[in-house]
Parts: sequence; structure tokens; C-alpha cells
Amino acid sequence: MSSELPDSCVPAEAEPASTVSRRTFIATATTAVVAGDLVSAETAGAEAAGAAEAPLSGRVSLTVNGERHAAMIDNRTSLLDLLRERFGLTGTKKGCDAGACGACTVLVGGRRVNACLTLAVRLEGAEVTTIEGLAPGEGDELHPLQEAFVEQDAFQCGYCTPGQIMSGIGCIREGHAGSPAEIREWMSGNICRCGCYVKIVRAVEQAARRT
Amino acid sequence: MHPFSYTKASDLEGALAAGRRGGRYIAGGTTLVDLMRESVERPGALVDISALPLGEITATAGGGLRIGALVSMAEAAADPKVRATFPVVSQALELSASAQLRNMATIGGNIMQRTRCAYFRDVTAPCNKREPGSGCAALEGFNRAHAILGGSDQCVATHPSDVAVAFAALEASVHLRGPDGEPSVAFADFLLRPGGTPDREHGLRPGELITAVELPALPRPLRSGYLKVRDRQSYEFALTSAAVALHIKGGVIREAKVAAGGVGTVPWKLSAVERHLIGERPSEALWAEAAERAADGARPLEHNRFKAELLKRTVERQLRIVGGSE
Repeated sequence: MSSELPDSCVPAEAEPASTVSRRTFIATATTAVVAGDLVSAETAGAEAAGAAEAPLSGRVSLTVNGERHAAMIDNRTSLLDLLRERFGLTGTKKGCDAGACGACTVLVGGRRVNACLTLAVRLEGAEVTTIEGLAPGEGDELHPLQEAFVEQDAFQCGYCTPGQIMSGIGCIREGHAGSPAEIREWMSGNICRCGCYVKIVRAVEQAARRT
Repeated sequence: MHPFSYTKASDLEGALAAGRRGGRYIAGGTTLVDLMRESVERPGALVDISALPLGEITATAGGGLRIGALVSMAEAAADPKVRATFPVVSQALELSASAQLRNMATIGGNIMQRTRCAYFRDVTAPCNKREPGSGCAALEGFNRAHAILGGSDQCVATHPSDVAVAFAALEASVHLRGPDGEPSVAFADFLLRPGGTPDREHGLRPGELITAVELPALPRPLRSGYLKVRDRQSYEFALTSAAVALHIKGGVIREAKVAAGGVGTVPWKLSAVERHLIGERPSEALWAEAAERAADGARPLEHNRFKAELLKRTVERQLRIVGGSE
């Protein structure tokens, strides 16, 4: 898997200012609206204090699947968007973008989390593992849980599968794959709209026995 | 999402100073980031407190526990001391959210989490909590999930936490750090009922930080547990829930700690149920009689009339599970 998209380290400010592209127009328009908001929020004694002078973007460097990455990012960037839009790692899926479906599950520091609710700017020095990191090379063997998903036919459309597998790895590591009932409960943060739950539970069970 | 500045506090003093300047604390971020994306929350400055030394669980003299504000829900639930001393806390945590969210979310953030009221989360709907004076869409809207206890004509949104129900039952205290030193507030006084100011949900002031939740030493043996009733089996908020802790000695109930979730604008302490239990001998009849008091003062709305009866049955069942029926 290649490391980054070519422009992933280029800050937005580095774009040529002479041409007013659609992108810069939207950015400018957004800034104007936001400035208005900040003013009214400050008059209302709200939480905007100090925001005007502090930067709204920053640099973050982190390790993804064993590879070092660095990027200038808007503070609003989620880990999910950083992975997909900047690093080209589109295996991690965006479902609800609200922490309700589990499609974006990745490991941060070895623990499963929702990448959509994780602000990337907070991940300085973090170690992230995504679905692409489980069997990284061309000829590599699949991870036992990936193998189990294939053998058990534990998906139909496949959209939730990367999240299911990353979550399943967490579930097994946490020691909560002892029985089908326990797996169902500890995998409940991953929704499968195709309804492949029975086979997903079997796949996690199979991998838990073998690992 | 509105733009915001970001700083990471390396020590408590730095965090408190940033908070006084108007910075908004972020720990697990599972509620805050979600609501920021919906533009319900629009902080201009985020102060990351995850590096502060508030991640310990320590035993207090006499058999209580002090859970640091930054202990994750997963860590607190798995902690052997918590599991052995207050099963009601570990059960409430494990029945909350998902494994992923429990890895991220913290104990301090959990009690600070905001309501799941759909109108609060929808910036196009009137909501006195989100925008004081704009009205309450839930009162006349779809209010099946809303509160039957502690509401006002301004707001009927429930507090969504499970572990806060256990904290309310056990009469926990919340340790703070701020301009006035290190005050400690009774859990019952920490979260505020909506009244005429539903936007004020707690007593924290700018620059004040939760440092820990302390569970008091209670007489032993103490049996405790949490029961959650919901629309699906897992990964769902409570329609009703009951946290129960009983100290039974010589066949008599000496201490009873009971609270309910999913029904109140704050975690709802069931003092009338507790009073009915203390000094009595456990029996099927006693559980039923005590639980009959669980919905005292309830004011159901159009779509949640079922909650009063469901609450009584939830409490009765959990009293039986914890107390047995000798």
C-alpha cells in the first residue's frame, strides 16, 4: 500500500491565491460566516474566547500501519477523514459519521475506537492500525480474522466488514470472545445492515479459537 | 463543524488557566465531537485534557473508591476493585454504548454527556436547552423517550448516562478543581434539573474541572447490580433502568440505595423506595410494595405513559435480582 497521496502534506494556504477556485471561494465564504458567529458568541459570553488569535489548523505526525505520516490539517479533521481523504486509506469506511454504526472502527494504541469521533489533531505520536495494516503485502497471508470472514461468508455487501474485522480483533484481544452471546454483546457497536450477524459471530469465534 | 483552536494541556494549572480563558475541555470527545459536527456545540477553543494525571482508581479509607475523571469507561468497568466492590458500577458501564465508545469515553465526560433528545440534536427545532427561550419541541412532539420525572414546562429531556444512575444510587461525590481549590459536591447536587434554565445542566463554572468521582464506603456485605430496559438488546439508551445496592444483615435490609435511569431529567434517586425497604425482611411482597413507589410524582407525556409502569416493574425485578427472595 502506498504511503500518502501526493499532496497530503501540503497545507491549504500553499495553494496559488491568484485563481479563485470553487474550493477557495467556499473557504472564504465559510470564514466570513464563522467570523460573524464568533462575534455573536463572544457578546453572549459563550465559549469562543481566545479563538480568534489561536490557529485553527495544525501539524500532526502519527504512525499508520507501521508507516510514519505527517500532515497539516484543519483541527476539525477526523481520523476517519485523514485516513481516507489524505492518506488514501479508503478501507476504513464512513457510515453514520456519528459513532453509531462502527464502520469506521480502527485501532489506536491497540484499542478499538470510532475514527469518526476521533479528532486527528489529538493523535500526535499515536499508532493507528487500519484494515490495510492486517495483511499489508501482496503475497501476505490474511489475518486469521480476515480468513475467518471469508471462510464463514460473514458479509454480503461488505461495507461494514473492515469495521467488523477491526472491532473483532479488539473483541478477541479484550478477552470477550468466549461464547456467541459474549461476542454478540461485545460486537454490538458494529451494525450490519445486510444482517450477517450470525456468520460474523461465527467468524470471530473461529478466529478467537485460533489466536 | 465550526472552526476551533486546539491546545493540549500538559498539567492541571495550564488546563484550568485555559478553561478560565473560555476554552472547552475535551477528554474522550465522544459526545462533544458528535455534537460539534451537528453544530449543536460550537466551541471556539478546545483544551485537550487527556494528558492530565487523572487516570487512577484508588481505594479510599474504609472501603470506598475514587475513580479519576480520565479513567475510560472500559478501564473502570474492567477494574478488579470496581467489580469486586461495586458491581452496579461495572454493570452500568458495560451496558452503556459500545466497546469502541467505552474505550474512548471517560468517567468525567460520561456524567457531563448531553441529552439524546432528538430536538436538542436538531438545530432546526426549537429547544430551550440548546437555545434558551426558543421553546420545547418535545412537549408537543414525539416524546416517547423523554422524562416522566423532574421535567418542567421548558424541558423534558432525559440524562442519558447509565453509570450516573449507579453514582446517584450510591450517593457518590464529584471532586472538582478550580479557582476555589478542590471542592467536592454531592452527586445529587451536581446535575441540575431543568426548571426555567434547561441550558444549565451542572454546577461547573468556567475553569473548573472534574478530577474524580468518589464512591463512598458502604457497610458490607453489599450486593448491587444494574438492570437496563431498552428497545434493542444492546448498544441502546435506556427506556428505564434501575441501580440497586442492598446491605442485608441478620435477614434484615439495613441499607438500601436505589436510583432509576431513562425516566428523569437527571439520574433519579428513589428515596421513597429506599425508605420502604430499610428495616424489612426481603420477600416477594416487599419488592413489589417498594417498587410501587418508584414512579411517585411521575408526569408522563403523550407518548411515554408506559414508562411509569415499566419503571415500577424494572425496579421490582432488580430488587429481586439483587436482594433474592428468602
